[in-house]
Amino acid sequence: MTIPTTPLTDTITVFVRELRPVLRDPFTVVFSLVQPLVFLALFAPLLPEGLSGESTLQWFVPGIIVMSCLFATMSTGANLLFEIQLGSHERMLVSPLRRSSLIVGRALKEIVPVLAQTVIILAATIPFGFRPHVVGALGGLLIISVFSVGVGALSYALALVSKDRHWLFWGVQQTVLFPLVLLAGIMLPVEGGPGWLRTMSLLNPLTYVVNAERALFNGVWDTSVVAWGALSAVVTAVLGLWVGIVTMRRAH
Amino acid sequence: MNETMIHASALTKHFTTRKRTVEAVRGIDLNVEAGEMVAILGPNGAGKSTTLRMLTTLLLPTSGTAQVAGADIRTQPRQVRSRIGYVGQGTGSGYNQRGRDELISQGRAYGMSTDQARRRAEELIASLDLSNVADRRSSSLSGGQKRRLDIALGLMHTPPLLFLDEPSTGLDPQNRANLHEHIRELRSRHDTTIVFTTHYLDEADQLAERVVVIDHGTIIADDTPERLKAEYAGDRITLTFDRADDAKRAFGHLMARAESARGTHDGVRVVLEVDGGSRLAPALLRELEEADLPVAAVEIARPTLDDVFLNLTGRSLRDAAASEPAATQEVPA
Repeated sequence: MTIPTTPLTDTITVFVRELRPVLRDPFTVVFSLVQPLVFLALFAPLLPEGLSGESTLQWFVPGIIVMSCLFATMSTGANLLFEIQLGSHERMLVSPLRRSSLIVGRALKEIVPVLAQTVIILAATIPFGFRPHVVGALGGLLIISVFSVGVGALSYALALVSKDRHWLFWGVQQTVLFPLVLLAGIMLPVEGGPGWLRTMSLLNPLTYVVNAERALFNGVWDTSVVAWGALSAVVTAVLGLWVGIVTMRRAH
Repeated sequence: MNETMIHASALTKHFTTRKRTVEAVRGIDLNVEAGEMVAILGPNGAGKSTTLRMLTTLLLPTSGTAQVAGADIRTQPRQVRSRIGYVGQGTGSGYNQRGRDELISQGRAYGMSTDQARRRAEELIASLDLSNVADRRSSSLSGGQKRRLDIALGLMHTPPLLFLDEPSTGLDPQNRANLHEHIRELRSRHDTTIVFTTHYLDEADQLAERVVVIDHGTIIADDTPERLKAEYAGDRITLTFDRADDAKRAFGHLMARAESARGTHDGVRVVLEVDGGSRLAPALLRELEEADLPVAAVEIARPTLDDVFLNLTGRSLRDAAASEPAATQEVPA
């Protein structure tokens, strides 16, 4: 009367379970958007016109899209942290769901809120003059989705390692978040910075994603920039999922 | 219908924390046949939960083996998982999830179709009185409602074997009685084999047909509650005197009698543990009266499992938890 489960059906089960609260309570998506929108409203007007040769909004908005994606996916492990602490994660560990699917299904779900957030940011900025290139933007969304899966998986891995130590999870998360954002040149271009800072920026995988997003949203077909962004996203996803799966299998 | 549900031999678990090794479970042998209702009783830190975690594949044993529902916990953990139900100490439903959604996801995890899962969820929602709250977020439910939802989750795939880890901890008496009723019904209607841990004596006494007493990681007794009490504890006669001096003399007098095997003396009170207490008491009172040691009050109590535990370990189950090392209460991932 029951059909044998497969890694795919397990992943779908986990994906659907994770997605339901988002669909039932769409407002939760807006919540992690507050900070990026604050930067958009209160920081963007401070930027001098003609940064990196483009209009301020054309330069700033793609970075803010990446930022909002990063904020949401890096903190997504907090849900798992609660589930570990309260008991529902344990219940799922005793079910026949595969350990790998518990991570992959969760990480894939990250794509949905990230896309929803991007749509909201676009809706908020287009009336103020932001003009995304449609085909480029679709490519940009693809790269961002892949990147989110990797960051989400890493956040879940961090939650598994933290267990009941919330301070560890949030400590690492906060310590990593802003250096990544600043070194990727999301707030201000790093080109004018000192050499050591530019070198660190080159070591930051987020830098390549941001550069690719800027090119794509503006319809600038710079193959090498886009390829580096896509590569960075794919490497992040593969690495994140691998770390996540290993951590999940080892976590008990 | 007489298959073995659990066959564990020499199950052992050691935890190492900060260079200190804690032997949480030291070689447990346990056989549970289909249809049994077994309580694993012991103080906090005795190794009950660790044993349950090994049997449910949440923890790998340090040594020893176990077959659970026909599969090996080491080599076939997924088969074990698909055949057992588990209700843990925590809340089974996700805090941001609705009960019905969780039940359907649970059904899908066990390979049910969405339709099957939906129908089964509906059945359980009705039979566990969850109709009013099944579409609310789990975090907004009361303790009793959450617990009933946990049980529904554990029963989604109609497992032949159900484990419950301290199912009534944190419930008020009314909810606890309600929970017991549901567990009994499972047993009588569906012939589910049930294994639960508890540190509540009355729970083990009232609910289980077999009590496995665990202390310091080993099984120290294993029988029906009635036989455990008959074997390890007698009736308790408490005699209270007006003067401590009388009590002392009465104690000496009573200890000389053959029937009163065990007794203690404290202030104005003498406590005797005897067989057939209600028959013996009138004779004792007469004797003491004749010896000019008038008894001010007398109380006769039937033995409890606490007396059994006390006689087996020298400690009361109520106090035993405090003397346990905290490290044995291990937190799983």
